[in-house]
This record gives sequence, C-alpha cells and structure tokens, in this order.
Amino acid sequence: MNPPSGKPRKVIPIASADQGASLYEAQKKIYPRSISGFFARWRWLMVFLTQLVFYGLPWLEWGQRQMVLFDLGARRFYMFGLVLYPQDFIYLTGLLIISALSLFLFTAVAGRLWCGFACPQTVYTEIFMWIEHKIEGDRSARLRLDGSPWTFEKIWKKSFKQFVWVAVSVWTGFTFVGYFVPIRELGAELMALQGSWQIFWVVFYGFATYGNAGFLREQVCKYMCPYARFQSAMFDPDTLIVTYDEARGEQRGPRVKTVDYKAKGLGDCIDCTLCVQVCPVGIDIRDGLQYECIGCGLCVDACNSVMDKMHYPRGLIRFSTQNGVAKGWNKSQILQRVLRPRVLIYTAILVALCVALLASLLVRTPLKVDVVRDRAALSRIVAGGKLENIYRLQIMNATEQAQRYRIGVQGLPGLELVSETEFEIDAAQSRWVVVRLQIPYGSTDAGSHAVHFAIEALGTGARVTEKSIFLVPRQ
Amino acid sequence: MSDFTSNFWSVYVAGLTLLSIIACVLLLWITARKKIVSASDNTTGHVWDEDLTEMNNPMPRWWVWMFVLTIVFALGYLALYPGLGTFAGKLGWSQLGEYKQEVAKGQAEIEPLYARFASMKPEQVAADTQAMAIGERLFMNNCAQCHGSDARGSKSFPNLTDADWLHGGTPEKISETLHTGRVGTMPPMAAAVGTAEDVRNVAHYVMSLSGSPHDSVRASLGQPKFTACAACHGMDGKGNQALGAPNLTDDIWLHGWGEAAITAMINNGKVNEMPAQAGKLTEAQLGVLTAYVWSLSNKSGAAAR
Repeated sequence: MNPPSGKPRKVIPIASADQGASLYEAQKKIYPRSISGFFARWRWLMVFLTQLVFYGLPWLEWGQRQMVLFDLGARRFYMFGLVLYPQDFIYLTGLLIISALSLFLFTAVAGRLWCGFACPQTVYTEIFMWIEHKIEGDRSARLRLDGSPWTFEKIWKKSFKQFVWVAVSVWTGFTFVGYFVPIRELGAELMALQGSWQIFWVVFYGFATYGNAGFLREQVCKYMCPYARFQSAMFDPDTLIVTYDEARGEQRGPRVKTVDYKAKGLGDCIDCTLCVQVCPVGIDIRDGLQYECIGCGLCVDACNSVMDKMHYPRGLIRFSTQNGVAKGWNKSQILQRVLRPRVLIYTAILVALCVALLASLLVRTPLKVDVVRDRAALSRIVAGGKLENIYRLQIMNATEQAQRYRIGVQGLPGLELVSETEFEIDAAQSRWVVVRLQIPYGSTDAGSHAVHFAIEALGTGARVTEKSIFLVPRQ
Repeated sequence: MSDFTSNFWSVYVAGLTLLSIIACVLLLWITARKKIVSASDNTTGHVWDEDLTEMNNPMPRWWVWMFVLTIVFALGYLALYPGLGTFAGKLGWSQLGEYKQEVAKGQAEIEPLYARFASMKPEQVAADTQAMAIGERLFMNNCAQCHGSDARGSKSFPNLTDADWLHGGTPEKISETLHTGRVGTMPPMAAAVGTAEDVRNVAHYVMSLSGSPHDSVRASLGQPKFTACAACHGMDGKGNQALGAPNLTDDIWLHGWGEAAITAMINNGKVNEMPAQAGKLTEAQLGVLTAYVWSLSNKSGAAAR
C-alpha cells in the first residue's frame, strides 16, 4: 500500500552506491501513549467480552461435566448439551468457513476491524500494555524509565511488571489447556506438580502469550500474520478505513490561538503528533493508509481530543473511505456505499451458512453408525440353504445416557438379520457389533445388491439409516 | 539397492544437506550486509504490472538471530540424530529402537493385566468379561481376516463357533493350533480310487454319509472304493483329529458341498494352511486368544463358570 501522496516518509540521500537501506533494521521500541475516547472504549469492551468468554467458559458446568471440553484423549468434544465425535469434524469446517467469511465481510465494510478490536494479539497486547502503564506510567514516564540507569525504582518497577506479566501468561496458558483437560482437575494436578505434559503445555502457551503480548506485539502483525496481508487485498475504495483529511489538515504546523491560522496558510493539523504517539504499531496516519495500520482508531480518539481543545470540528482523522475523502462525501453518502453488491453477497452467504450450521446442530441425530462389510469373506453358504454376508457396525452413542439400539435391515426379498438385533451402549461410548444377514440361496441374481441398515434408539426414536451391499456369488 | 554396493548416495545426500545449510548461512550473511538503493519514497525501485512498486520494509534485525538459531539447531540435530546420509548420530537413536522401546513400554503397561489371566485355566479366562473383551479385539485384529468378524469362517476357512474341529477343540489343541499353525493336506486320490466313474461314485457315497441328497446306486457302487479314503477319514468316514482329517458325516463342508466340489477334491487334493501365530503374538496374548476361541463354541460352558 503506497502512501497516496503527502510527505515522503524518509528521505535517504543516494550520494554513494554503498549507502543504501539495509534489509534489516534495529527494532524500534514503541511506547504508545494511552488515550481515552470512543474507539478506546470499544476496544476495552471487546477486551472484556472476549476475555470474559475465554477465561470464564472452562469454569462453567453442564450437568456432571465441564460445559465446553475438548477431550482429545477420549476423542469426545463436549459443547453445551452436545457430544461431538471426531466424525463431526464437518461442524468445525463450517465454523472455520463462517469465520473466514465474517473476516471477508468485516474487512470489506470497515477494514481491519478484527485486527484492531478482537484479535487475541491485539487484546493481549492491550492487557499487557495496561499493566505496563499502571506500573511504569504513561509514554513519557516509560521513555524516561528506559533511558535511566538501573536505579532501585527501575529495578522494582521492571521486575514487578515482569511478575504480573508472567502471572497473566501462566493463567492464560492454564485456561487454554483447561479447554482440553477438565480445568478443575488440571488445577489440582498443577498444584501437586503432576502431569508433566499438562505442565509443558501450560508453560508453552503461557510463554507464547508472554512473548507475543510482551515483546513481539506489532511485529507479529507487521511481519508474521498472513491475515493482515490478505485483508489489505480485500479493501476497495468504499471500505471504511482510518483516514487523515489532508485537504483540511495541511499545511500542518504549530500556531498561536489568537492568530487566524487560515490567513497564514495553515490547515487544521497543529502537528502535535499525538496521533503518532498513541499508535500501537508506530505509524504516522498522516502519511496515508499503510500496511501496518490495524484500524484500531486510537489516532481518531487522539485527534478528536485535540480538535475539541482547539475548538475545531472533529474528524480531521476519521473512519472514512477513499472515495469519501476524495469526493468529500458526508456520512450518509459513505454509508450508502456500504451496501454494495460485494457486501450484500458476503452477508447473504454468511447468513445462509450460519442458519445451516445452527439448523444442522439442532436437528442433529445423537447417533452415528458406520457399516464395515467383512472384506476377506465375500459371502458364504450356511446350513439351511442360506447365503450369508457379514458386517461390522460401529454404533456411536452421542448422548449422555446409556441407550438401547435396535438394528433392522431391508433391501432384498427374504433378507433376514439372524444375529442379535438389540444392543446396549453406554453414555458417549461407541461399540462394534457383528451382524449377519441371510437370504435364501438362489433367491437373487448374482452380483452386488444395495441393502439398508436402520438403527433406532429405543425410547428416544433417534434413527439412522446406513447403506451397504450384499454380495451374491456366481454359481 | 545401490546402498548395498556403494555409499555414494549417502555421501551425496549428506553433502547436499550440509551444502544447503552453508547456503543458508551465506544467504543470511549476504542479506545482512547488503544495502539496497532505495528511492526517496522508500521503495526499492522494483515495479511490476505497470504500477505495483515494492516498498522497502526492513525486518527487525534481531530476527536474524532466530535464523542463526535454526542453523545451530540443524547442525546440533544432525550431530545427535540420524540425518546425514548413513551417519547414525551421536545419540544412537533409531526408528526401530524407538518402536521397540514403545512396544516394551506398552507390554510393561499391559503385563499386570495379562498376569491375572496367566494363572487361570482357559475355561476360567473364558468366563472373565475383561479377558473376553481383550480376546475379541485380538481376534478382530489377527483372526477375523480369514475366519470372519463373527468367527463363522467361510469357504476353506473353518467355522470356529460350531462343535466340529479338524484338530480338536480342547483348549490345549486350540493353543497348539494357534502356536504352531496347521497344514491340512488332502492328497489327490483319483489314481487310488480308480476311474473317473469310480470317483463320482465315491463322491456320492461321501454325500450319503451325512444323509445329503445323493444317488444311492452310485453310493453303493462307491462304498468299496472308499477304502482308499479310510486310511485317514476312517472306515465310518468320521475322520481323525490326530491327522486333521475331517469328519465326512456331519454335513459340514469346509471346501464346498455337492458332487462337483467333492470330485474336484478327490481329483486334485488340497493343501490348506493356518499360519503359526507364536512369533506374532505374545504368550499372554495367545493364552487369552485360546480362551476366546474356545469360548466361541462353548458359550454355555463359559457362562456357567
């Protein structure tokens, strides 16, 4: 993304051929100033919402078990009242497609909304920065502290910050693992220092949180994240992005309040650089849209606070569209363009998918059956002039009560199920049962014939039909 | 195959691996030193598709150390683990060793489970639900391929759920069958029986033994010729478990029923093999499997205990 125009970012004199730019640069540490305002409030709201769900969910119970638990060892995935089997992976696929489409939709409407407000990278960075702010103070205090020698104050502030960071990280790692191991048992285990793998994963995810939110921060978004890159490919001129109104702002510069700045050829920008100071990715939004911008809107808050002080109208930096800024559209004109075909199509597909996923979860039969026909013995002739085929049925009980199932079969004249027809299967368990089917010898042509097994849960009426084949040999 | 005659490929692969690592080091070194001419607008001057310019977005320099770390890791890994051609690595780790270790670990885990069954008689093991659950899984994994998931066999694969046994159905005999396997041999008997007509007659006599539909004239003509078969199957045709000769009077036809199947058997003979399981399964597993197979034809007996 090129800056459309404006001041060149960095002028490097090309005096000698040796003096070029390096492919690497020293990492510039960013000290974002804290700011309050409309978008900052939204960001905090999203922090609370996402983290309330993340930290809280594993502690909720459903009947006798954890409400949301992905038991990888037993291969059962419990979500509210649902018991999902690995065979239900399609739901995860559906969820991922919905997530992707949501990202497309949000990005088409308002750019990197996800990045700025809901992405864990952003959210944890925000939490960690808040801790930093509380302990070390705001931007200028932090700059001063980092520049100062290792005094007692610096040592205790830094170590206290690290301590709180580590505590939050460990708790985050613990919570994450708590989605896969019952969190209450996990807590007791960790207290007793048992379960080396659990400890490893808690430390692993804790370390990832600490490293990402404490140190890598915007580097993840700038250099690692693939979503950040493809989102900028989904922008169009009607996408809401953070914009600087160049026509109104330039010529920027300091001024005396009593003097008519317009007469001196100055624009509304007083060049206070507050918008740069609050930016968590360390860019100057006045250079135009840049690939680093995560669309968090903090510079909008910062600029508005300054405009208020100067008694200038708000919105020198604002959420607008490329077209909106270029053509000077007002809010309603811009919002009209939001309902363009692209957005409508994304919305329609998204709604359809959500409805489909929900409906299929609601009408889901809590019973699954796999039919595996014996492969080595194709068919056999048994006493009484019967032709017999053998099958193994895996019956999966996806309810949390023991169930009794009855197996029936149809599809050929004289077809009989001669083995046991009723089976009891424990809660959330699966079982293989052997089934024998017979037809009178010679009653059907040689070849492969479709047969259908119908498996019914006695009492609940859940019913599944599975197709298989019955082989009749030549001769 | 060339591994056996020369170690060229081993050296080649090892050389290629090391060369690639050296190339990575070189690439890092060059990119770290390279200065690119960047225009005043912070682009590299590269333009594609008319107006796509490449901007200069330098990476954080400390990331280079992560690349260095991967190279150090690669060299350390190659020194410790197999990876450089046929060099086995300082730790002496191998897939086979890992496999054996895991098998040993698995065995150690299930040993106490099996230990309980070792002191029990097969009949008692057959009455143990846990042992039978293990037995069923062993059967499904090792026996069901031929004998069927329900153990009722198929043509040429004996039914294990009935009372008809070729080599005996006591737990001892079943255990013997599992350990050493069985080879059932029916020699071609046409010459000993006589003419083609004689063979047909004997076939009808054999069918008459079990009361199956047959031509009684042919059967009576075939009866004297049956002496050729009696050596193994006995004069009464009831077979001989010591030889593995089947009982011909019980209307159970392992290799097919009817005149055509029986004359083919007399003319061509048959060699049928049950492979030995002793090397594949452990003693403890064979013990449980013996009890499981025995229980298949002794349902009431097992349940009573």
